[in-house]
Amino acid sequence: MAVDRLLPTSEAYDLLDLVRDICAEQLAPRVTQAEADSAFPRDVFRLLGRTGLMSLPFDEADGGGGQPYEVYLQVLEEFATAWMSVAVDVSVHTLSSSALARFGSQEQRRQWLPGMLGGDQLGAYALSEPQAGSDVSAVATKAVRDGDDYVVNGTKAWISHGPHADFWLLFARTSPDPKTGLSAFHVPAGTTGVSFGAPEKKMGMTASTTTQLLFDDARIPAELRIGDEGQGMAIALSALDSGRLGIAACATGLGQAALDLAVAYAVERRQFGRAIAEFQGLQFLLADMAAAVESARATYLLAARLRDAGRAFGRPAAVAKLVATDAAMKVTTDAVQVLGGYGYTKDFPAERFMREAKVTQIFEGTNQIQRMVIARSLLRDLPR
Amino acid sequence: MKIVCCVKYVPDATADRKFAADHTVDRVGVDGVLSELDEYAVEEALQIREGADDCEIIVVTVGPEPARAAILKSLQMGADAGVHVVDEAIHGSDAVGTSLVLAKAVERQQADLVLCGMASTDGSMSVVPAMLAERLGLAQLTFGTEVAVDGTTVRVRRDDDAASEIIEATLPVLISVTDQANEPRYPSFKGIMAAKKKPVQTLTLADLGIDSSEVGTEAAWTKVEEMRARPPRSAGTIVAADDGAGAERLVEFLASQKFI
Repeated sequence: MAVDRLLPTSEAYDLLDLVRDICAEQLAPRVTQAEADSAFPRDVFRLLGRTGLMSLPFDEADGGGGQPYEVYLQVLEEFATAWMSVAVDVSVHTLSSSALARFGSQEQRRQWLPGMLGGDQLGAYALSEPQAGSDVSAVATKAVRDGDDYVVNGTKAWISHGPHADFWLLFARTSPDPKTGLSAFHVPAGTTGVSFGAPEKKMGMTASTTTQLLFDDARIPAELRIGDEGQGMAIALSALDSGRLGIAACATGLGQAALDLAVAYAVERRQFGRAIAEFQGLQFLLADMAAAVESARATYLLAARLRDAGRAFGRPAAVAKLVATDAAMKVTTDAVQVLGGYGYTKDFPAERFMREAKVTQIFEGTNQIQRMVIARSLLRDLPR
Repeated sequence: MKIVCCVKYVPDATADRKFAADHTVDRVGVDGVLSELDEYAVEEALQIREGADDCEIIVVTVGPEPARAAILKSLQMGADAGVHVVDEAIHGSDAVGTSLVLAKAVERQQADLVLCGMASTDGSMSVVPAMLAERLGLAQLTFGTEVAVDGTTVRVRRDDDAASEIIEATLPVLISVTDQANEPRYPSFKGIMAAKKKPVQTLTLADLGIDSSEVGTEAAWTKVEEMRARPPRSAGTIVAADDGAGAERLVEFLASQKFI
């Protein structure tokens, strides 16, 4: 069922209409097969780029859509309801483009932003490493200055759509200091010395290829460094809260898909001479699912509106990520329950939704990290 | 060059269709869209403009107030301006009446090229383009599956079961295109925002110099006396195949129904 959305402008309503059309015509018919085949839909991102849907929250002057997060996130949510992998990959592209859009030099912005935001390029995000997940300070990939270049060596891990990207936002160590030792780089695809590991065999989101990104004496011109040397950690942290909101919106959309499926099935499925939706035990299950999805939406929208108003939104973003992804896990698990034995088979998407939900509690900061962020914000005044 | 694209606002084919008490299609109380077949005409116009210097695309529609949405969608896709003919008296017009209103509205534009979809997705008459060409005195190249404009020469391919033919005419002409002609684009978000600022002119029958007695239900050459919803499909015949003689029975059934 179409979600009844409150949007700030009439063009946002038109935008959501366009997004729903594309979801119904281009995403929904392909998702099941592509996920089963682990087939990355590169062409879908070209279409989204051409129609301006890959750069909605960026400034119009930079080639973006000039949309507030309140609108951008609801678009992501719609994508996720149709195809979770696509929605998450759009969110990753936003995160990967944000560093250059915000911290890039005039020359870098002139050269790269048109393709990133106004074209059909796809960006990937290379921060994590096998031994550096939640602990970003453990990043070991080194960028050593050599004349006009940096020579990069190391292994980046968990790179969403890594091999399909046109550019990567790379964080590498330019000095040993845990806090000020990281620098950010714009790395175009095709850079010599960059290769990929085998695709990870994941539980879900199988259409979105995840690989390691291997740097072996890769030479990156110094002019592709974003911001100052040592500014990497600050650049990474600046986009963290926004990235969490992206995942919160995706998780909400996934929960909505599971709810829609469960409701449709409960009305259709008959046992004991009536639709199972007539049994109150099942009605309560559906009602709790709806309450979880709607509260997830409310929490991410509150954080988005604070962000749009220029207010601090770190804690609300962590709350939204935590609430929305835990809700997605619960709602998708309950959708399998509503569909019973059929829910446990691959003939229905409920089990896929459940597999897709799990990772949302893990990536972009595990939900344990979110709780640490929330607690830290609550207990700022605690004497240490 | 000036291109006029004629488009129609039709009930969404994926939703329930409703009819008014006078047996006409309910165009006001239901969700409507730009007729899918007209999207091909708009796309063709946009592609012709991409290959031409200085080309303007005007979208013309005839229909009640909500029909403006068909113009808006065309403007979002990239057309430059719209003309919306709205008049109570047009209600119930047949193809003859509709082509008269369209002709008067298009005539004022002095277009080099008039583009239409091959048919509407609601009425499915597919005669309006031919009637319109006749009224405007234009050569008509209908059911085009490929369109090429070279200077003032227009070449159109028509495909049928037996052969394909290439027909050619010199501007000004009217072309109707099929759903094989191109792949209509989605509006871009920038297109959506730009469309809000594009001009849409609203005209009445009086503006076009048409007497209301020439159009509408009364002037229609045909009248719908009665209409019924299609009866629900009845259960089919099941041919049992578990004893190995299923194929024989299937052939018997098909032969008895004169399918083979």
